[in-house]
Order: sequence, then structure tokens, then C-alpha cells
Amino acid sequence: MLYAIQSLPFLWKGLLITLEVSALVVFLSLIAGVILGVGIVYGPRWLYWPIRIYSDFLRGIPLLVLIFFIYYALPLIGLNFTNIMSVVVALSAFESAHIIEVVRGAIQSIHRGQNEAAKAIGLRFTQRLLYVIAPQAIRRFLPPWINAVVDTVKGSALVSLVGIVDLTLAIQQVIGRTYVPMPLYILGAIMYFVINYILSSASRVLEARFAYIRE
Amino acid sequence: MTYHLNYDFIWRHFSKLSWGLVLSLELAFVSILIGMAIGLSLALAYTGGRGFVRRAVAGYVEFIRNVPLLLLVYLVFYGVPSVGGFAYDATESFVITLSVYAGATMVEVFRAGLAAVPRGLIDAGKAIGLTGWQRLIWVRLPTMFRIVLPSLSNAFVSLFKDTSLASVIAVPELTYGAQWINTNSFRVIEVWSVVAPMYLVTGYVLLFLLQRLERRFTVH
Amino acid sequence: MGASSSSLVVQIRGLRKSFGVNRVLDGVDLDVRKGEVVVVIGPSGSGKTTLLRCINLLETYDEGSIQVDGVEVGFHDAPGGVRQPRGDRELSHIRADIGMVFQLFNLFPHLTARENVMLGLRKVRGLHVAEAKRIAEQWLTRVGLADKFDSLPSHLSGGQQQRVGIARAVAMDPKVLLLDEITSALDPELVGEVLTVVQELAKDGMTMIVVTHEMTFARDVATRILFMDGGRIQIQGTPREVLSATGHERLKAFLARIEMMHH
Repeated sequence: MLYAIQSLPFLWKGLLITLEVSALVVFLSLIAGVILGVGIVYGPRWLYWPIRIYSDFLRGIPLLVLIFFIYYALPLIGLNFTNIMSVVVALSAFESAHIIEVVRGAIQSIHRGQNEAAKAIGLRFTQRLLYVIAPQAIRRFLPPWINAVVDTVKGSALVSLVGIVDLTLAIQQVIGRTYVPMPLYILGAIMYFVINYILSSASRVLEARFAYIRE
Repeated sequence: MTYHLNYDFIWRHFSKLSWGLVLSLELAFVSILIGMAIGLSLALAYTGGRGFVRRAVAGYVEFIRNVPLLLLVYLVFYGVPSVGGFAYDATESFVITLSVYAGATMVEVFRAGLAAVPRGLIDAGKAIGLTGWQRLIWVRLPTMFRIVLPSLSNAFVSLFKDTSLASVIAVPELTYGAQWINTNSFRVIEVWSVVAPMYLVTGYVLLFLLQRLERRFTVH
Repeated sequence: MGASSSSLVVQIRGLRKSFGVNRVLDGVDLDVRKGEVVVVIGPSGSGKTTLLRCINLLETYDEGSIQVDGVEVGFHDAPGGVRQPRGDRELSHIRADIGMVFQLFNLFPHLTARENVMLGLRKVRGLHVAEAKRIAEQWLTRVGLADKFDSLPSHLSGGQQQRVGIARAVAMDPKVLLLDEITSALDPELVGEVLTVVQELAKDGMTMIVVTHEMTFARDVATRILFMDGGRIQIQGTPREVLSATGHERLKAFLARIEMMHH
């Protein structure tokens, strides 16, 4: 037990790495996911299949396989990313595929009459998206998106397998020095739990806030 | 720097991949069965139970769903033996981990499924004189299973992909096979270009077969 | 071109449209003058709603021409005499001058009644907030909703929502107002309040094209009634001429069915 407490500063550093990687991935995947998601719903015909294939492929393989592939294979074709860059790219691509589906679902759940009414008063495409579609889509978007954020934090644990000292690898290393696995694993589990539980609670609050839009 | 594709090593050791795939499927299958058993019992306990039972079940579900699977794998494989004083092999340990993980998902699936059984059916059961237990077994559970089939299919394919984590404790499933070929040949691009599609195609085939199964049981 | 020939607001020639193999509009010609109230009746599938939706390009049309105030709605002339479909920006300008009220209201649920009416005024007409607010409140009062400025659509009855829909459309000061079965989704006791509003707008000189099943309304408000069937205008004339339906079999059968539904 004493060992666990003494190693806290080291674990704390690992936690920061976990949070940084997660935050970066959430940011990048959100941008990519929303743009591609809007693209697949409203874009020209020729955009549909490339985005669809991108999304289906990335959701059909395990995250671990994707991380290994990008981490090991990319340098061989001349793209020399750093460790962190590789995993951030892999995780962001993976999550963006899920976000595309969330965006798609949120937009398509809006009755087509809304878009028609917006057209009928003369709003242009970007205006329709900004003032009519997005405010309504947000409500359908937030809960599954927060889920994706939680998945990102959980997925970030896999970066420990390519040598990045996140919370998971920090725990492994401390166990390697102190030989008390169980308390440390439990401590680690609690730390991840706290982060993700805060996130899911935020989701519930946000859901309630937007509930005034009744169908 | 140019890289020349060479698949020889891969084809020579393809059995590591094919048997790995079989093991992945077995792991997923056993885990979902155990997970369903856990999930169903806890869902029933939750639906019929009082405050502290509900909180306990919710606690289990929340905990498992908010902790990375990788950490759970380590915890069960390295952590538990150290306090329990026993040892088990990697495969047993992984099945336990994945079953507990699947169980948490299954609790949610079954709980929602039970809640989705139309009131009218339950009322009809009451009207013909079935007791609570009889209604559970003859009306609610069968209906619930038909309702949750799509979720079960998706959960199974998800678990199949999650078996890739077994590679970190050296269980010889598909991803481990790929890693083995990697370390022994450095044919990185080739191996992943074979293994990624293997996961992808297997996933689609599973979904297709499960959808055929669903159609034979659909509710409406 | 230009809005000449004594205030011809809408001019349609040879309009044809198909959905796949289904020919929905099969050669429609129509002139609508300023201040006219043209009511279109007909069985479902006759193309009347599609006709309306083509006028503000919610549906594209395959052949023919629709001009609102002298401007071809769906296409512009490209070099070489070929006609090109209009892009989003051009359509935005054209649609701003055409108002539409929908059967299912289609109010924006995340905006109050006032905000629903203000949205077009601010973003399309470019008015300042204060000016848009004034106009919105003025129109909402005209339709009898002076106490509902801050209400969300989910707190309004069907009749009230539809009146907001009407206010939203007319606040834009359109050249023509398109009304697509605006009372069909309303409970019977709420229909009257909506039709009263429309009647007043007609009295004030609003040019309207109305698709409806309400025959009493058609008789009272229309300057002209069109009977559509099979994608074409079969008969048109004054309400008295059309509704007495002498000599036209399909129209007689249609009117008989409507009569039965209301008894």
C-alpha cells in the first residue's frame, strides 16, 4: 500500500500523458468526423463511397491492429512520425470513423420538412446547416459523442503497448519496481473510472439541457 | 527508401494466422455465452430487485464500462493470482476477463430488452392466468430475445475485435500471430495488409450470418 | 422579360416532371395575376402538391418553364443557349420572394414563435435585430398570437403553430404565397382559425396558390379553381363554374367522394 502512495507522482505524470493524448485525439477526430459526416450526408455523389469505405474499414478492424499498423508500417513507406504522432493519427482516424456515423445519425434523424422550411424562407446551404439543422442535430449528437470520448480515453491505454508512458504503462512500470500488482491495478482502474464517469455525467447533464426540443 | 513487398514468409506461416483467427472466434464465442449468462441474471436481478441490488448491478456495469479493457486484462492476469495465490494460463485468464467485460454490456442489453417487451403481451399473460415466473419464462424472455438479437450480433462482432487484446498476454490468437510474423520477418506492411482484411471480412461474414439468423426470429 | 403584362406574378408553361417512371406532371400551363387566389383541387397523386413544390424548387422540374415575376425559377441561361440548373445562392434569392406554408407546419422547434419569423428577416433579408423583431411581432399579432411571441412550438396547439407558419411566410413580403394543404393535419376545431387568417390575407390582396380539400373554403375565397387529375389541369374556372361540375365525369366523381367524407 505504501508503495502505491509513493508512486503517485509518477502515476500522475502518466495520467497527464493519457489526458493529453485523449484531448488531442478528441479534438482531431471531432473535426475530421464532423466534416466527413456532413460531407457524406450533404455532399456530392462521388464523396459518398470514399467516406463510407473509410468509415467501414476503420470500424471493422480492432484498434490495436490499426495502432500497430500505423506505428510500424508508416516509417517503412517514408513517413517518419514520432511515437506520439503515430498513435494520435491512429486513434484519431479510428474515432473519426465512429463520429462520422454519429453525425450521420444525428442529421438524418431530423425531419426533412425542416430543411424544406429553411429552403422555403430563402436560407442558403451554410445558413440552413448553421441555424436550423445543427441546433437540432446537437441533441442527437452529444450522448453518443461523449460515449466516443470515453472510448477514446479507454483506447488511449493501448499507446502503452508502443512505449508511450501513459497511465497504463506507468502502472506497469511501478509494478515492475515494487511487485505489488493488485493495489496498483485497482488504483489505475479507479483513476480511469473517475475520468470517464465525470465525462458520462457531463453527457447526462447536456442531454437534459437540450431536452426542450421535443419532436 | 523503397520497400519491396514480399509475402513468402506470410504464406509459409499462414497457419499461425488461420489458427489464430479460429482461436479469436472461440474466445469471443465462449465469452459472449458466459457474458450472456452473467448479463441475464444481473438484468433480472436489477429489474426485479430493490435499491441496493440495483445499485450493486449499476456499480458493476459502470465500473467495467469505464475502465480500459487492457487494464482489466492485466488486472486479471497479473493482479488476481498475486492475491489469490493461484495461477492460471493466459487463455483462461483472458476468457474470464472478456466474459466479465461482455457481461457488463449484456446487462444493459437485456435490461433494455426486458423493458421493451410490450405491456400488452404481459397483460395477456396475466389474463390467461400465468404466474409471474411463468410469464417470465413463456412470455417475457422469449420476446426479449427476439428484440435484442441485433444488439447481440453487434456485441459479438465487437467482442471478436476485442480478442485482439489477448495478444498482449501471449494468447496465440490472430493479432498475436501477426506480431509473431512481424518480429520474425519484419514484413510489417505485408502482414497487416493480410490481417486487417481478415478481421474486416470475418466481421462482415459474422454480421451476415447473424442477420440471416435474426430473420428467422423477427418479432414483427 | 420582366414583370410586364399587367402584373403576371406566376407563369407556367408546359411543365413536366417524372419521379422515375411515374409521370407526375404532364404538361401544365398556368397564369396567376397579382391578387388572385388560385385554389387547386384534385385526387391524391394528381400532381397538385408537386406543382406547388416545383414553383419554389423544392422539387426540380424536367421540362417546361416556371417564371415568378418574370424570372425563371429552376434554370438560368448559360452560353450556348443551354439551360443550367440554378445553384444554391441563386435559389436563395428566388425563394425569398416566394412564401410557403406546409401541411406539417415545419416550425423550427428550437426557436420561439418570434424567432421562427425573424430568422428569414435577419439572415435572408439582412434586417437588423430590432427591425426584424418589430416586423415579426407585427405579423404574429396579425395572426392572433400577440401573447405567444416567446412560446416554443412544442407549447403551441396545431392551429397556433400553423398561424406561426403563415406569419413566417408572409413576413418575408413574398410575391406569391404557396399553401400546401395547410389544414389537413389539424384537428377539425382548429381549422377555422387558420382559414380565417388566410381569408384576411386574401382580402388584403396577397397573391396565393392554395392546394386544399376544404371545399367551402375554396368556394368562399378562391378567385379561380383548378381541378387537377393525372398530372394535368382538367378544368379551371370560377368557383361556381367548377364546383357545379356540369359535364365533367371525373370532377363529379371527385366532388362526390369529398362530399361523402364530410358527412
